[in-house]
Amino acid sequence: MSQTEINHAEASAQPRKTAAAAGNAIEVRELRKRFGQQQVLDGVTLDFPAGEITTIVGPSGSGKTVLLKHLNLLLRPDSGTIVIDGVDVTKLSGRALDAVREKLGMLFQSGALFDSLTVFENVAFPLVEKTNLPREEIAERVRETLKAVGLEGMDDKYPSQLSGGMQKRAALARALVHRPKILMLDEPTTGLDPARTRAIHELIRRTQQNFHLTVVMVSHDVPEVFQICDRVAFLHNGKARLHGTVAEVMAADDDVFKRFVAGRAAGEENETAL
Amino acid sequence: MSIVEMIERLGALVLDGVVDLGDFVLFLLYSVLDVFLPPYKPRLWIRQIRIIGADSLFLIILIGGFTGMVLGLQGYNTLRRFGSEGALGTVVALVLVRELGPVLAAIMITARAGSAMAAEIGSMQATEQIDALTVMAINPVQYLVSPRMLAGVFSFPLLTAIFDVIGIFGGYMIGVGLMGAPSGPYFNGIAANMTGHDIMTGIYKALVFGVVVMWVCCYKGYHAERMATGVSRATTEAVVLSSVLILAFDYFLTSILL
Repeated sequence: MSQTEINHAEASAQPRKTAAAAGNAIEVRELRKRFGQQQVLDGVTLDFPAGEITTIVGPSGSGKTVLLKHLNLLLRPDSGTIVIDGVDVTKLSGRALDAVREKLGMLFQSGALFDSLTVFENVAFPLVEKTNLPREEIAERVRETLKAVGLEGMDDKYPSQLSGGMQKRAALARALVHRPKILMLDEPTTGLDPARTRAIHELIRRTQQNFHLTVVMVSHDVPEVFQICDRVAFLHNGKARLHGTVAEVMAADDDVFKRFVAGRAAGEENETAL
Repeated sequence: MSIVEMIERLGALVLDGVVDLGDFVLFLLYSVLDVFLPPYKPRLWIRQIRIIGADSLFLIILIGGFTGMVLGLQGYNTLRRFGSEGALGTVVALVLVRELGPVLAAIMITARAGSAMAAEIGSMQATEQIDALTVMAINPVQYLVSPRMLAGVFSFPLLTAIFDVIGIFGGYMIGVGLMGAPSGPYFNGIAANMTGHDIMTGIYKALVFGVVVMWVCCYKGYHAERMATGVSRATTEAVVLSSVLILAFDYFLTSILL
């Protein structure tokens, strides 16, 4: 067994006990995905414990976003399984797949707000389209969610009239309005300045606690993001090289991870050199 | 390059082409099928009928009017050589109703609404809005494409009919009002010589063009590459392919319906 594998096993041992006690919201086993000649995911095995924030980090091209797109069921794996809330979703289709999707909330990297709708309409969208709730209840739920993300009074603005940080908040409100069990965030602070990045991180932590969510986040804000997450999964060359609690992963004797964190902290762009 | 490599590349090209064609046809089947499957969203249908139909009305009236005026001018000068100015109304009406009305109206709607549609859906693809719909358990084809398909089928024949009527009046204005063709035979000739088959030929064409334009423009937008140039390329391809297919289908429909 190589040194890296030993570290990986040691780092993973404790969290697995915790996960077993609390239960895993998502379990990924031997996930593989190839695009053309490129093996993007090469046997990823990870657990995402319920009620915790797990951040997926790694160099560019390590498969972070592709993994997230499998977790939110936008992509199908070539092999391997994904179990969400006790259901193997890799073979699901139709209504069964929709039923699992309704447990998920997703904040896209670009926000993905609908340009032609106001903030209120954007946030109300999942309820209007997917439920039979009365208008008054939808309005109340939307205002409550907008208040939770600090966007009170912005109901009538269009996405183009909002700053980058506000767009992320509005997109977060839309992801939360149908009360999902699992929230997925794809690089939620991309394009934001350090102050807004901190504010969004705090909002994510507060939201997770208030809504009792399991959060899966892809982030490049290393090491800042470690302050708000419970667990870290480090992807490298399509594999989960390290995973465990923040303290365990930070303490792991893994040169590749240390160089990645050091490079990130120094603001190095050339991650692929890893 | 060896012969084997050339054959391999050719094979790969053919296979890609077949896969793309399959995708293209399946896209049409799903978008038509989804019109009939719940949940039904009349609000979306009406919105698209407004965007594709009502918002194109001014352009259709403008182009229909000018087309009729040109036909009136050219028709009068040609028919005068044979002393047949009295047939002007029949000629203008038949040319418009059977041929120019459906084709020009479809090309104009492609230019105005089809291009905007491809750009809008392409932009939604580029900014992950279509992924957002999927994650919300909303079928993006049913939400974005099917209402447009229905609106196309509904709007194209109506806009074509308006194009024809305005064109006939445009021909009357120039041929009779300006050039001096006899007034009575203009409309009497239309009433005497225009058959239900002529009118239905134009309507059938408009229906088919409605499906073709919505199909092509939505497909190109939906499959746009996720970048700014991808959206512009999708828009251009949508307009060019729609226009070519309108003319190609026009030929086949004419040969069937004659």
